[in-house]
Amino acid sequence: MGTRKDRNLKNNEKKEDKGREKVEKRKKKKRVETSSEQESSEEEETRGVQETKPEVWSPEELEKLKEAVDERKKLISTLRGKPLPMRKKLQTLRESQEFVEKYEGALGKGKGRKLYAYKVMMLKKWMKFQRDFENFKTACIPWEMKIKEIESHFGSSVASYFIFLRWMYGINMILFGLTFGLVMVPEALMGRPYGSMPRKTVPRAEAANAMDFAVLWDFGGYAQYSVLFYGFYNNQRTIGWLKYRLPLSYFLVGVGTVAYSYMVVIRTMARNANQDGGGDDNSFNFSWKMFTSWDYLIGNPETADNKFASITTSFKEAILEEQESQKDDNIHLTRFLRVLANFLVLCCLAGSGYLIYFVVRRSQKFALEGLERHSWWETNEVNMVMSLLGMFCPMLFDVISKLENYHPRIALQWQLGRIFALFLGNLYTFIIALMDEINLKREEEEVVKLNMTLWEATLYNGTLEVNGTAPPITAHPADIPRGPCWETMVGQEFVRLIVSDTMTTYVMLLFGDFLRAVLVRFLNYCWCWDLEAGFPSYSEFDVSGNVLGLIFNQGMIWMGAFYAPCLPALNVLRLHVSMYLQCWAVMCCNVPQERVFKASGSNNFYMAMLLVILFLSTLPAIYTIVSIPPSFDCGPFSGKSRMFDVIQETLESDFPAWFGKVFSYASNPGLVLPFILLMVLAIYYLQSTSKSYKQANLELKKKLQTQNEENKKKNKLAALKAAMDLEEARNAGSDSPRHERDKTSPQQCHRGERGEKRGLGNRVYQGKHGHLEIPPAIQLPAPRGHLPGPLPGNQSAPRVQRVHNSKRHRE
Amino acid sequence: MGNKQTIFTDEQFEAYQDCTFFTRKEILRLHGRFHELAPHLVPMDYTNEPDIRLPPTLTVTMPELKENPFRQRIVEVFSEDGQGNLSFNDFVDMFSALCEMAPRELKAIYAFKIYDFNGDNFLCKEDLEKTLNRLTKGELTPEEVSLVCSKAIEEADLDGDSKLSFSDFENMISKAPDFLSTFHIRI
Repeated sequence: MGTRKDRNLKNNEKKEDKGREKVEKRKKKKRVETSSEQESSEEEETRGVQETKPEVWSPEELEKLKEAVDERKKLISTLRGKPLPMRKKLQTLRESQEFVEKYEGALGKGKGRKLYAYKVMMLKKWMKFQRDFENFKTACIPWEMKIKEIESHFGSSVASYFIFLRWMYGINMILFGLTFGLVMVPEALMGRPYGSMPRKTVPRAEAANAMDFAVLWDFGGYAQYSVLFYGFYNNQRTIGWLKYRLPLSYFLVGVGTVAYSYMVVIRTMARNANQDGGGDDNSFNFSWKMFTSWDYLIGNPETADNKFASITTSFKEAILEEQESQKDDNIHLTRFLRVLANFLVLCCLAGSGYLIYFVVRRSQKFALEGLERHSWWETNEVNMVMSLLGMFCPMLFDVISKLENYHPRIALQWQLGRIFALFLGNLYTFIIALMDEINLKREEEEVVKLNMTLWEATLYNGTLEVNGTAPPITAHPADIPRGPCWETMVGQEFVRLIVSDTMTTYVMLLFGDFLRAVLVRFLNYCWCWDLEAGFPSYSEFDVSGNVLGLIFNQGMIWMGAFYAPCLPALNVLRLHVSMYLQCWAVMCCNVPQERVFKASGSNNFYMAMLLVILFLSTLPAIYTIVSIPPSFDCGPFSGKSRMFDVIQETLESDFPAWFGKVFSYASNPGLVLPFILLMVLAIYYLQSTSKSYKQANLELKKKLQTQNEENKKKNKLAALKAAMDLEEARNAGSDSPRHERDKTSPQQCHRGERGEKRGLGNRVYQGKHGHLEIPPAIQLPAPRGHLPGPLPGNQSAPRVQRVHNSKRHRE
Repeated sequence: MGNKQTIFTDEQFEAYQDCTFFTRKEILRLHGRFHELAPHLVPMDYTNEPDIRLPPTLTVTMPELKENPFRQRIVEVFSEDGQGNLSFNDFVDMFSALCEMAPRELKAIYAFKIYDFNGDNFLCKEDLEKTLNRLTKGELTPEEVSLVCSKAIEEADLDGDSKLSFSDFENMISKAPDFLSTFHIRI
C-alpha cells in the first residue's frame, strides 16, 4: 500500500511539474488518491493540464507527501541490504532519488519551509561528509592487503591474530598521541632545559659513561634523565608562555590512558556481543557443520586441502559420536592422568613464580652492590628469566596436556587458561618484588634527605666563610645529592621488560620458525627420513599463544605507562615491527594448520581476557599512585604528599572559589557514600533484571523447542492420516485413469511449490508409493492448515522475501 | 587514485556507495580486479556503463574463488542471467553481499541461494548431498552422506516437510556462531 500511495503522489508531482496553479485541480487530485484504479487514465488526463503549487496543498496531502519522501529516504538508506540484483538496485536508487529531489522542496509550509529546506540541505551535507570521512577512514587502515594475503593462505583464524594486532596498534597509536602530545613534547619544548636542575642532569658519578651504548641500552645515563621517564619532569605548576599546567596534564593523561582503554575494550566487547548469534546451542550440530564449516576466505590450495580433510574428519567424528554415544575406556586411568597433569602444571606455576621472586630479590642485591661488578647475565637476569619462562612453560604445558587426552577444543581452552595463569602469576610476582624494591628505595630516600640537609649546611658554611654574604647554592646540579627516585626505577624496569620481551619474541621467531624452516627445507635433500612430512616439519602459527603474548604485552604497557611516558611509543614501534616481521615469518616459514579449533565461537573470549588484564594491570598502578607518596626531588608531583593532590591544587588556584567549595561538598563522604550505595543498588537492579530476562529467554527457547517437536509430531500424524485417507480412497475402488499421466512425476517434488500444488490433486490417486511411504508433496500442504501461528517455520518460502522487505521498511 | 583516468564519475561512486557496503577505494579496487580478469574485454573507463559480462570460466579463476567448493554456485547466484555471466554490477553486488559489513540477514539469503542447487527455494536432501560432497571432496561413503543429510534436515526442519525452507535455514543459521566469520570474502 505504500507503493500505491507513492504512485499517487508521483502523479501529483508530475502535475506539479507541468503547470501552474489551478484550484479546481485539487479535487481531481483527491480523487486520484481515493481511487487507485483510475490512476492511469487520470494521469493521462492531467498530464496536459496545469499544476498546483505546493503552497495550496492541504495539510493532509503534505503529510502524505512527507511520509512518502521519508519512505523513499529510508529505502535509499537500506538499499544496500536488499537482496536485489545490482541493476535493479541502481534503478530503484535513481528513481527514489529523483523522487526525493523533486518533492523535498515542496515540503514544509510558510515560514517553516525555509527552515526545512535548510535542514534538508544540512542533512545532505552531513551525509556527504560522513561518507567522505568513511572513505578517508578506510583509506587510512593499514596492511589491508597483507592481511588479506594471509587470510587467503591460512584462513580466518590466523588472520584474526593479525587483525587483532592491527587493532592493538590503533589503540596504542592513540595512547602514544596522548602521552607524546600532552606530556612529552610540552616538557621538552617549554620545560626547563637539560642540565638546569639536579633532576634533569646526569649525576657526576655516572656522567663518565652516561653515553655508553650499554648504559643507554639499559635505559640509564642520558636516557634515564630525559623526557622518557617520570623523574625528568619538573614540579613547576605552569611552564612556558602558554602557562601549560604540566603536572596536571601528566596526571590527567595517566588517568585518561586507562579510561580510554577501558572504554575501547568494553565498547568492542559490546559490539561483538551484538554480532554474536544466538549462542551455543548444540541442537544444530550437523547443519552448522554443513553450512558454516567452509571458510570462504581460503584461497590457497594447500589450506583448502587441509580444510577439506578437517571437515571430513569432523563429520566422521560427529557420525561416530552420533552412533555410539560414548565409549569410555578406563575412566580411572584418564582421571588419574588428568589429576597428575594438573598437579604438574601447578608445580610449574609455583616454580616459575618462585624463580622470578628469587631472581628479582637477587637483582636487588646486585643493584645495591653496584652494577659494574656483575656480568651481563646477572644484570639482565630478571627480564631474561621472565621471557624464557614465558617461552618454555607453554611448551611444557603442551606436553603435559598430552596426558589428559581431552578433545582438542577443550585441550586448547585448558592450555590457554594455564598460559594465562602463568603470565599473570609471573607478572604479579614481578610487581610484588618491585613493591619491595620501592620500599627499599623509600628508606634510602629518607637517608638521602637527612644527608642533604647536612650537605647544604656544610656548603652554606663554606660559602659563608669565603664571601661573607648569603648567596643561593651555586653548586653544579650534577653535584647535588639526590634521592633514588623510585618512580623512574619502576618505569625503567617496565621498559627493560618490554624490550627484552620483544627481543626474545623476535629471536624466537628467527630461530624457532625461520631456522627450523630453513633446516627442514635444505637438509631434506640429504636426510634419511622425510623431514617435511615427518618429525620436525614446519611449524604452525600459534594463534592463541601469540594473542596471549600480545595481551600481556599490552598489560605491561598499561601498568608502566604512568612512570615511563615513552612506553606507548615503544609499543607502537614494537607492534609495527611485529606486523611486518610476523607477516613475513608466517608467509615464509609456517604451514597452514591441519586442524583448526577456535578457542571460542566469538572473539569476545580474547577481549574478555584483555579486559581482565587491563583491570589487573591498572590495579597496582592505581595503588602506587594513591598510597605511596611521590619522591621528594623528582617528577611532576615532587613536594606533594600524594600524587592526586595536583587536582586539589588546580581547583584551589585555577578555579573560582565557589567551584572549589562545590567540589569539596561533592567529595564529602556524606554525599559520596549514598552515591556509591545508589550505584551499587542500580547495578544490583540491572543485574537481577538481566537475569530474569535470561531466564525468560531460556524458557521461551524451551517452549519453542517443545512446540517444534510437537509440530513435527503433528505433521507426521497429519501426513500419516493423509496417507491413510489416500489408502482408503484408493481402496474405495476408483481405478485411476490418470495414473499413467502421473507416472513421471515423483521428482516433481523438487521443482517447487507450483508443481506441487498442481500435482497434489493428481497424486492422491498415485499408486506407485507403498502404504506408509508418503509422497513428499502431500506432506507440505496438508500440515500447513494445522500449524499454530507464531512459529518461524510457518511461512512458505516465496513469501519470505516479501516479509523481509516489509520488515526492513518498518525499521 | 584515479588521477590518470576517470574510471567512474562521482555520481556513479555515490550510487555504488548507496547500493553496496563499499567505499570509494574498494570500488576502485574491485574494478581493478574485474579488469584484471579480462584486460582485453573490460574497459578502464566505466563512465558510460558498458554492459560487459564475464563468463564463469573466467571469474572462478579469481584467487578469492578458486578454492571455494561452491564457486560455481556463487557466480550463478549473483549473475543476473543465472548462468554465471557476471557484469561489473553483479560483481560488485557479489562482493558486497560477502563483505564483512553485510548484515546477517542478507548473507543468509544469499547463502540459502548458494546451497539451493536446483533452485526450487528449498534445500532438499539432494541439495544437501551435493553440498556435503563438495565440502568433503566426496570422501564420505554414501551411507554416511545420507546419514548426515538426514540428521541435518532433522535438526533444522521446523515444519516437518523433510526439506529446509528459507525460514528453517534462517532460523538455523542465525544461531550459528561461525556463520558471519566464515561466510565472508575480503576483496
